[in-house]
Amino acid sequence: MDSLQSYLVIAAILFSIGIYGVITRKNAIAILMGIELILNSANINFIAFNRFGGMENLDGHVFSIFVIVLAAAEAAVALAIVINLFKNIGSVDVDDADLLKG
Amino acid sequence: MENIPLTLALLNLFLPLISFIILIFFGKKLGSYAHWVSLALIGLMLCITGSLFVNIFHLSETPILSTSIQWFTTGSFTVKLGFLINNVAAIMLFVVALISFLVHLYSVGYMKGDPRYSRYFAYLGIFTFSMNGIVLADSLLMMYIFWELVGLSSYLLIGFWFEKDSAADACKKAFLTNRVGDIGMFIGIMILFFTVGTFQIDGLIEGVRNGAFAENMTLLTIAGILLFMGAVGKSAQFPLHIWLPDAMEGPTPVSALIHAATMVAAGVYMVVRIFPILTPDALEIIAYVGGITAIMAAIIAVTQNDIKRVLAYSTVSQLGYMIMALGVGAYQAGFFHLTTHAMFKACLFLCSGSIIYAMHHALHEIKDHDTDSQDMRNMGGLKDKMPITFWTMLIATLAISGVPFFSGFLSKDAILAGTLSYYNLHHGWTIFLPLAGFGAAVITAFYMFRLIFLTFFGKPANDKVFSHINESPIQMTFPLILLAGLSFALFFTMPFSLNPISNHGWFTHAVPMIDNVAGLDMHVVEEGIHHAHYSAMGISLVVAAIGIFLAVLFYLLKKVDAGRVARMANKLKLYNLSFNKFYIDEIYNLIIYKPFLALSRICSKLDWDVYDQRFIDGWGWLTIKLSNKSGEVDYNWLDKKVVDGFGKITQYFGRNLKSTQNGVVQNYLLGGLLGVLFLIILITNIN
Repeated sequence: MDSLQSYLVIAAILFSIGIYGVITRKNAIAILMGIELILNSANINFIAFNRFGGMENLDGHVFSIFVIVLAAAEAAVALAIVINLFKNIGSVDVDDADLLKG
Repeated sequence: MENIPLTLALLNLFLPLISFIILIFFGKKLGSYAHWVSLALIGLMLCITGSLFVNIFHLSETPILSTSIQWFTTGSFTVKLGFLINNVAAIMLFVVALISFLVHLYSVGYMKGDPRYSRYFAYLGIFTFSMNGIVLADSLLMMYIFWELVGLSSYLLIGFWFEKDSAADACKKAFLTNRVGDIGMFIGIMILFFTVGTFQIDGLIEGVRNGAFAENMTLLTIAGILLFMGAVGKSAQFPLHIWLPDAMEGPTPVSALIHAATMVAAGVYMVVRIFPILTPDALEIIAYVGGITAIMAAIIAVTQNDIKRVLAYSTVSQLGYMIMALGVGAYQAGFFHLTTHAMFKACLFLCSGSIIYAMHHALHEIKDHDTDSQDMRNMGGLKDKMPITFWTMLIATLAISGVPFFSGFLSKDAILAGTLSYYNLHHGWTIFLPLAGFGAAVITAFYMFRLIFLTFFGKPANDKVFSHINESPIQMTFPLILLAGLSFALFFTMPFSLNPISNHGWFTHAVPMIDNVAGLDMHVVEEGIHHAHYSAMGISLVVAAIGIFLAVLFYLLKKVDAGRVARMANKLKLYNLSFNKFYIDEIYNLIIYKPFLALSRICSKLDWDVYDQRFIDGWGWLTIKLSNKSGEVDYNWLDKKVVDGFGKITQYFGRNLKSTQNGVVQNYLLGGLLGVLFLIILITNIN
């Protein structure tokens, strides 16, 4: 299974799971987890294309490291938001976060 | 300093205008001191014209001043404005200035306490200004401009007491009647301009002399008659004389100004200026118009009872004399009569003003507002109460009646000699001219003495009024005395002859016979007048004596009952004919105003009932119908279907799509995902 296709399939599955989680979950934490999955599937794609795309340099690696850093930052900010959300409305359910609704 | 005459002429022209401007803008502030402004300015003007006037004794052929500036150029025509002061103009200027000054002076007394005191003097100023313009003008165009200004100022002054309906009507009548003549004059000017190519009077005379009309003398005759139409209007000749008697509605000093020096003199003066280019045919018509006017107005004057109306008709009659004189070629005589007449007619009018003033005050004191202060039947016996007025008026009356030693005798005699010589030369129907002349002379003497006897002699009509009559103040009597003095023949015969019946005075030297370039041989005319001189003098003496004798018989001694004669004459409707002024106003009413009004009514009916109500309203109706239709289409179709339709579609989509925007972020995400998938599929399939 040492081919580009298998990596892409895994990434696609991972992406789909992530999307499914983001769309269907009500819990904000779960949505964040879905997002992490999507980001990681993208990372796999980067690496896979770097490996099998015939590239001499390490562009894909650099990108995935950026994405990981970004994901860490995103997780930190997002979790802070979730904590504040919970403080304010007593829930982490995104459906309850409807204070701006007219 | 060659420009001295020009400076003087400019000052002379504009001083009265300055008076007008000052008084019209600051008159209210000056109040009852307003007359000082105009008296000072007009007095200065009188001095200036005096200095121009003395120049005529140099007896040189060249004019005192002849200068012009270019006004504007259009195409190949250059229109010029300028002054031409020859001896005639210098004399006329002096007469205008003198009469104007005296009238100003007189008005100080007469108009005292009038609510529009300063306005009155302002109008007098512009009147004098306009007349000066006519006299100074060296071109017909400039003359026409001032001609119209005279019309305007006469309108303002005749209608000065516009609160009275009769005054308001009179000023309109004067203005409109003058317009009729002015139109003719304008056409005449244009004919001359397009044939000769200049407005300058000198240029026109030169052009005619060089044969500009050589092939078409009829056109020149027509042009002359058309120009004369202007004079018919301004100088109140038959058939446009109707405005002058009505002009009596103005203040009496204004009447004096109009009748003596300014307005009516303008017409005669214009004919004097254009005399050289009038053809014998045109002159014949002019003579007949003058003759008819002279005799007709004299007949009307006999039966009038209003003192000012008698004088008004006498003016019309005397103007007829002047015009007749010009018509028969007695150029000097006509202008001479204009000058002498200015003096004694101004005097007569100012005297009548003095009487009316006295009557008015007397009536005012006894609180009688119904008696007419101008009706001679309410006067009588004023001789002792108003001695200055009586004596001055008597002198002026003697002058107008043509009694020797007075100025009127000289000028009237010269005119009658002219008509006699015209008859001697032409025979036939021209007998009418001397007959009209002598007839009018008899009647003039008669009605003038009738006026004197009714006013100053006999028993007072009303003792109560009589006891309140007083002589007028010095500002009013001084002009009377001066003008009466100037009515003596002596002032016109010196210094060449002290013989009071001689017709050789400074005047005949200063105003030489001029050539007529349109075909009239002036030497023949002059010769004829010379021959007719003594017979004319004899006859005129006799006729004046007859007239005065009849008046004495009728009104002083009362040997003959005037009323019975009138009734006898009235069997042939003669009295009524004269009393109603030959029904000329009524005839105009019948043949001009009534048909015109009827025509107007028909036009208005056509306009309103047919054109307006059918045609215009029809269009309106059609438009309304069309608008209703188009409004319906617009509303029902365009508005309701198309415009509202778009709205409805938008609303529909909005309503249906609003559910997608429900705030659930996951739904949006799903939508985004589906969209991306769709795009991927699309791109993949395309490739």
